[in-house]
Amino acid sequence: MSVVHYREIAGRSPGYWGLVALLTAFVAAGLTAAWFMEHIGHIITGMTNQVVWGMPHVFAVFLIVAASGALNVASIASVFGKVAYKPLARLSGLLAVALLIGGLSILVLDLGRPDRLVVAMTHYNFRSIFAWNIFLYTGFVAVTGFYLWVMMERRLNRYTRMVGTAAFLWRLILTTGTGSIFGFLVARAPYDEAIMAPMFIVMSFSFGLAIFLLVLMAACKGTGRPLGDVTLMRLKNLLGVFAAGVLYFLLAFHITKLYEAEFRGAEAFLLLNGGIYTFLFWFGAVFLGGVLPMLLFWLPQTRRSRAAVGWGSASVVVGGLALMYDIIIGGQAWPLSIFPGMHVSSSFYDGVVNFYAPSLPECALGLGGCALAMLLILLALRLLPFLPESVLDDSGESHSAVAGTSTAPGAA
Amino acid sequence: MNPLKPRSRRRVAPEGPGDGMRDSALPQVACDQDRRRVLGIAGAVALALAPGLSLIAYAQSGSPAGAAASARTRWGLLIDTAKCTPSCTACVTACSSYNGWKNEGRPTDPQWIRKVQVSDPSTGFSRSVPVMCQHCANAPCVEVCPTGASFKRADGIVLVDRHICIGCRYCMMACPYKARSFVSENLSDQKPWAPRGKGTVEGCTLCVPRVDAGKVPACVEACAREGNGAMTFGDLNDPASPIRRALAQHPAVQLRADLLLDTGVRYEGL
Repeated sequence: MSVVHYREIAGRSPGYWGLVALLTAFVAAGLTAAWFMEHIGHIITGMTNQVVWGMPHVFAVFLIVAASGALNVASIASVFGKVAYKPLARLSGLLAVALLIGGLSILVLDLGRPDRLVVAMTHYNFRSIFAWNIFLYTGFVAVTGFYLWVMMERRLNRYTRMVGTAAFLWRLILTTGTGSIFGFLVARAPYDEAIMAPMFIVMSFSFGLAIFLLVLMAACKGTGRPLGDVTLMRLKNLLGVFAAGVLYFLLAFHITKLYEAEFRGAEAFLLLNGGIYTFLFWFGAVFLGGVLPMLLFWLPQTRRSRAAVGWGSASVVVGGLALMYDIIIGGQAWPLSIFPGMHVSSSFYDGVVNFYAPSLPECALGLGGCALAMLLILLALRLLPFLPESVLDDSGESHSAVAGTSTAPGAA
Repeated sequence: MNPLKPRSRRRVAPEGPGDGMRDSALPQVACDQDRRRVLGIAGAVALALAPGLSLIAYAQSGSPAGAAASARTRWGLLIDTAKCTPSCTACVTACSSYNGWKNEGRPTDPQWIRKVQVSDPSTGFSRSVPVMCQHCANAPCVEVCPTGASFKRADGIVLVDRHICIGCRYCMMACPYKARSFVSENLSDQKPWAPRGKGTVEGCTLCVPRVDAGKVPACVEACAREGNGAMTFGDLNDPASPIRRALAQHPAVQLRADLLLDTGVRYEGL
């Protein structure tokens, strides 16, 4: 066993600063978009009185859900005692905080009155899942920040398991809250299912671990730090299981919906004849988000390929974004059923599939939030020792954490 | 007292156009209005003679102007769809004119009230129905609003407190009736009695300044004047009110009654 040595990344290369500059440009574009949206109004976005949540929410909810899942690796190490993952726990916590901040930034800047953030922090309606989420999100940043501190401060290492467990439970509740934002919408046929809460939790496992793997591989490659095959392949297998889990929940969700006659119209729209939404569901969420990664991860030809891990993880991310678009935008595109069973029409687009086309400012704001998360990660890696000097396998090269209590090689 | 809290949770002083309009000329609402005037006078007399009697009087007719909204009153609307013709949009025009919103046909334009053409595909039965905020007793918009900006007055009127609305639009997602609109651009020519705000959500207020001044909502007045008198406004808690009497005599439905929201707006003939 060896002691894990963490070290900041040098951050002096042109590649590092080039990436920082690129991400800063995206953040600036996002802020500019938010400024225009606030000063001119949401009229410059594709959002309407029919589709009230748009592209910013797709990115924001995706990042928030992924943030929860990015904590997977730290939880596996701290809560479930798998020592092999302890070297990666700090990076896991950092990603969780950064992704959440990126997602929340988008949500706040998309508000009709972002200047009233202080109102949102001082006026609460505790019957609102949104109000709960304000506490859950800010609390998650605080708990995970404390968790990172406990992991990084040698004198506090003994509390790692306790604080890690708190963070683990917190993120489960957080994602339950995020899924419930949609699950509680009883009047909208494409939502209104309690299963959306656990489905979002499994989605978070998948999206978060995919982003973690991409960042880990990029960071190790960019800094020349070794990354062991066994660790990578174990995490890859875990991601495959999570991707399969998302497919299972989607199956259960839609079968439940199809069983209820009142939802069959919405289901036919989303699954069969919804145009872009049907395409995004089958090609995006199902194929890219689930089937392709599993094939890449487990087919004999690619199962040991690092490139396949990268491509599979990227596929999960793209599929996840497609699923989020399908859930958020597709769910609103389907008209409300105010007069069930009747044909309706009005000047307010009753009874018709609502049109939505994302605008440039919306995309800029969404991508700006993603860029902010990545920028925070890049800067944090340079400022503090989040990344181990090497992530070698436990086959004779395993690590114990700096103050790890167990010296046994971990097994995933 | 929180200075951010507007006084809108209390009854506001009578304002707005139509103050000079004669409600007595309106057959559908005349009875209710007359009754309320009489009860108002009776209340004043009773106030002088016996405070106990005045409480009984106001329980039947709502609270006086300037007083807090009372839970003894539940304002509601009954719409007789058989009298509502597809070509008539008097209620929509009156609401737009009184409250200062404009629909120019864009998907971002607000519509506090709209006419929905409803037809049964299996029978061909059709109706033209005005749809607005249903002023639910168990309002989903109130439940989901994170700041409490969506709120229900004691007398059942559901409103948006523009001072603390952050523009998250969750209420629009939650409303089963698509009754709310988001202000997507700068506004001009606002009505002082119906303040609106870019970046906040809005919807039918049941013309709360008029109601608090003892008048009926603009849509009801216009329907009586220009339409077929299809709308009846009144106190759902008052067994003697025209709306309660009509509801007792004819079957009326709530939209999406399956959700058990206990709407303040009811429809006859659907």
